[in-house]
Amino acid sequence: MRALVYLLTFASVIGLGFWAYTENYATQQALKDVARLNAEIADLREALSIQRAEWAYLNRPDRLRELATINFDRLRLLPLEPEQFGVASQVVYPMPTVVMPDLQMPVDVSGIEPLDEVQSP
Amino acid sequence: MTRTPLRPLARILSARDAGENPDHIERENIRARHEVVREKSRRRAEGRLLFLGLAFLASFGLIGARMGLLAASEPMEPRSAAPGAAILAQRADITDRNGRVLATNLVTHALYAQPKDMVDPARVARELAAIFPDLKEDDLKRRLTDGRSFLWIKKKLSPEQMQKVHEIGDPGLLFGPREMRLYPNGKLAAHILGGASFGAEGVNSAEVIGTAGIEKLLDARLRDPAQTAEPLALSIDLTLQATVTEVLDAGMKMMNAKGAAAILMDVRTGEVLSLVSLPDFDPNDRPNPLVKGDPADSPLFNRAVQGVYELGSTFKIFAAAQAMELGLVNPDTLVDANAPMVWGKHRIKEFQGKNYGPKLSVSDVIAKSSNVGTAHIALMIGGLRQQAFLKSLGFFEPSPLEMVEARSSKPLIPAKWPDIVTITASYGHGMSASPMHLASAYATIANGGVAVTPTLLRRSSLPDGTRLLSERVAADAVAMLRGVVDHGTASYARIPGYPVAGKTGTADKPKRTGGYYKDKVVNTFASMFPASDPRYVLVVTLDEPVDTSGTEPRRTAGYTAVPVAAEVIRRTAPLMGLRPEIELAQPNEVTAVSQNN
Repeated sequence: MRALVYLLTFASVIGLGFWAYTENYATQQALKDVARLNAEIADLREALSIQRAEWAYLNRPDRLRELATINFDRLRLLPLEPEQFGVASQVVYPMPTVVMPDLQMPVDVSGIEPLDEVQSP
Repeated sequence: MTRTPLRPLARILSARDAGENPDHIERENIRARHEVVREKSRRRAEGRLLFLGLAFLASFGLIGARMGLLAASEPMEPRSAAPGAAILAQRADITDRNGRVLATNLVTHALYAQPKDMVDPARVARELAAIFPDLKEDDLKRRLTDGRSFLWIKKKLSPEQMQKVHEIGDPGLLFGPREMRLYPNGKLAAHILGGASFGAEGVNSAEVIGTAGIEKLLDARLRDPAQTAEPLALSIDLTLQATVTEVLDAGMKMMNAKGAAAILMDVRTGEVLSLVSLPDFDPNDRPNPLVKGDPADSPLFNRAVQGVYELGSTFKIFAAAQAMELGLVNPDTLVDANAPMVWGKHRIKEFQGKNYGPKLSVSDVIAKSSNVGTAHIALMIGGLRQQAFLKSLGFFEPSPLEMVEARSSKPLIPAKWPDIVTITASYGHGMSASPMHLASAYATIANGGVAVTPTLLRRSSLPDGTRLLSERVAADAVAMLRGVVDHGTASYARIPGYPVAGKTGTADKPKRTGGYYKDKVVNTFASMFPASDPRYVLVVTLDEPVDTSGTEPRRTAGYTAVPVAAEVIRRTAPLMGLRPEIELAQPNEVTAVSQNN
């Protein structure tokens, strides 16, 4: 009986020692992972702050105004004016139906061949 | 253990035979037994002492070893305590009220040299001078070879410059990481932000400290490690700021002014939505302050808060409002306005020697901007009460705005307050204040009479202010100011859709040597809109403007500051989402009849 208790105790000591060994290495690995992730987070944050700064720089009002001026023929952007506010009654409702005018004397151009080609053979 | 009897029969019998006392044998045995017991307890005590000694030795040894280890080893952060959110920035960002970035940090590098490790100082000096045009080759060579072991070469490098320095390839050139303050919007809001520079510098880092503006005043907040992740939200609106700057810049050039300032403020919260002072500067490359001459000539000078001027007739409404609050007059009361008014040895005159008298209603005193009428109202109020009222509006203290410049610009107040000061102060002469003071005082009138504290920080709740005027008086005062625009000196502020109320002010500029310039003025237009329920106050100040569009140069605010302010309102009001009010045409006789039926 006593021998069995000793045996079990030794076995459990060896087992715990092995467990502590693996846990130690697992912890060290986890700490390395955390350090690497922290470095990565710091890098990403730095990149994010640079991009935020660039976003702010590229969207500065002076530049946007210049771009709006340069691209006026495409965008037709003008400063907001009081006249651009409207009231609900200015909106046409119901939408007026667009009446197509009657087509008089339709001209069919698909079957006409050039004159000289008809005469040539 | 075999127990020996105390009186063994054999020995007793033999002792009796020998005629000895058998009690001796018993005592002898008792002694021997005691001896054994004592020996046993002695050993146990010794064992305990030894154990205790060992335990103490072990614990002291452990503590000593730990202390020695701590003392001998390099300090290191415990690595298992990984920070949740590693904060990169050491200085909080500044954003506008909608979260658009006004100031942020950028990682860059500083260049330093350790000449002891340098291979070829002459070549390094030559190549560095080629990369940085502002460095002189000879100067650099001298500094690299004069025996010092360390020197800074550049505080900030761009990535391209850094690469070029790398390509020199000298081991004596080293880079230190730096965080620099970046103002992506350039000159916009330059005076508000101020600027930042490096404080204590080390190889691995340098502290960034604010040098002016809000960066300096709230330096502690911006550098507080607990709050660096949270940007500081200003009350400024970037879009409005850009628009006001654009319009004001155009207006300043059109009116040939030397400088200009504008303040746009929310009347209920006291939030400053836009604060512009021209000429401005780039906070990324802050110019040095002037060492001689007038500081107002420097672009660093903030006219909106540092420009302490006599604000002229814009003050008249305060006298009128106070007199109404005290029940001395109402808007229709006729007051003496017979010019010129003689007070002691002083003559109070009107603009261009006019005479609006003999009697003028209080509304017309404001609309026509009568000095004499205002003087009579002020005399009714009396110096003490006038002083107390102006004080409660904040005219006697530096503005509490969150900028170092505001806190250090004290208004100029006469030391004594005789009647003549009561008279001149009522129309804005003899005491000086900044446009910021004027804006917050006008906000008090505009919001129904509650004192406001101007702020550059976004507010989430309405602040409590003391009530200075009753709502009725404030409404009457706004109506009077509306009259100034409708049929008074500020007729150029009639903007379709946005009814404006306001007051013009023209003051001669004081000479530094004493007295006033004849042809240099400061023009101010303090306005509020929409007049039906004022929500915003706009103060526009032009420094030495002159309108040359007419036959003769005109220098009154009605021709200079008012059109500029009107354009500012026309452009900014839609941006703030104010719907234009549709003013119905006065019904003519025909439509009036048809409407009545």
